[in-house]
Amino acid sequence: MNQRVLEKLKAQFSDAILESNEFRDELTVVVPKERIAEVCRFLKFDAELRYDLLADLCGIDMYTPVKRFGVLYNLYSLKNKHRFRVKTFAEEDDPKVPTVTGVWATANWHERETYDMFGILFTGHPDLRRIYMPEEFEHHPLRKDFPLMGIPGSLPLPKKS
Amino acid sequence: MGLEQAVGDSFLTTKLEDAINWCRKNSMWPMPMGISCCAIEMMAFVAPRFDASRFGSEVMRFSPRQSDVMIVAGTTTYKMSKVVRKIYDQMPDPKWVIAMGACTSSGGMYRTYSVVQGIDQFLPVDVYVAGCPPRPDNLLNALMILQQKVQRGESRGSSMAIIGEFPKHHHPHQLQAVEQ
Repeated sequence: MNQRVLEKLKAQFSDAILESNEFRDELTVVVPKERIAEVCRFLKFDAELRYDLLADLCGIDMYTPVKRFGVLYNLYSLKNKHRFRVKTFAEEDDPKVPTVTGVWATANWHERETYDMFGILFTGHPDLRRIYMPEEFEHHPLRKDFPLMGIPGSLPLPKKS
Repeated sequence: MGLEQAVGDSFLTTKLEDAINWCRKNSMWPMPMGISCCAIEMMAFVAPRFDASRFGSEVMRFSPRQSDVMIVAGTTTYKMSKVVRKIYDQMPDPKWVIAMGACTSSGGMYRTYSVVQGIDQFLPVDVYVAGCPPRPDNLLNALMILQQKVQRGESRGSSMAIIGEFPKHHHPHQLQAVEQ
């Protein structure tokens, strides 16, 4: 199945598959962020592949000068009972990735979580607000440069009267 | 006491404050602030096996207006702290707080940015309960310690004007007389 997915993707998007990697029968492809929505739409609606479940969408902080932030899409095809991963990267000074809420509605909250924890901005997202941290919080806790115990004073407590 | 000799065994004399505190300590209605897994043990604490009703505390009130003691049972995050404080502020005086479990008392194993490292940073806590989670009998013990505090007229949260300015030490026979 992995080979078939890769063949179809390469036939459809010859220029968009930057990298592919198979490790313990698990296939991962890397695509440029500008093409992510288009690739996802194809993976979901292609009659043979039918990756109709976005099992998870999460962020990665590589903490490198280039391609610092990554977004990982874990897909599942109920038809083929097959799992598949798509990855895309963004730069630190421009952490923007197009949204895939138009493909899978469930991406809405996953992208809000990724924005909250990593500060990755999903362009075109209908409601990009924080989902865990208070709205007035100014940091992104899962970034590698965020201290484990937080930044003192960044989260106010009620007064002890 | 002269008065008791005069009226015989049918009467006992005490101070009004002691009588009120005796009533208060035997009807401590809890506000169950069950935030996480400690709440399961808190449920066992009111259930028949451990039976908090032996101490007059079986009436869990889900309205802060009707409760006397808030049992904060669980990991309190910074985001949740505002809610906990708001509910505490809605409780009528006099009021008490039990911090149940390691997370509530000190942050516990969650030494991280999102968890308050001890609710005493924003609430006046009367009794801390150790354990992760504490057994229900440990919570019963906390309730009994709190009852002793209430009988002495102490509270970390309420002002002394509401509790009443009571002497710190009582004569033992006065307490016995009230409890008979």
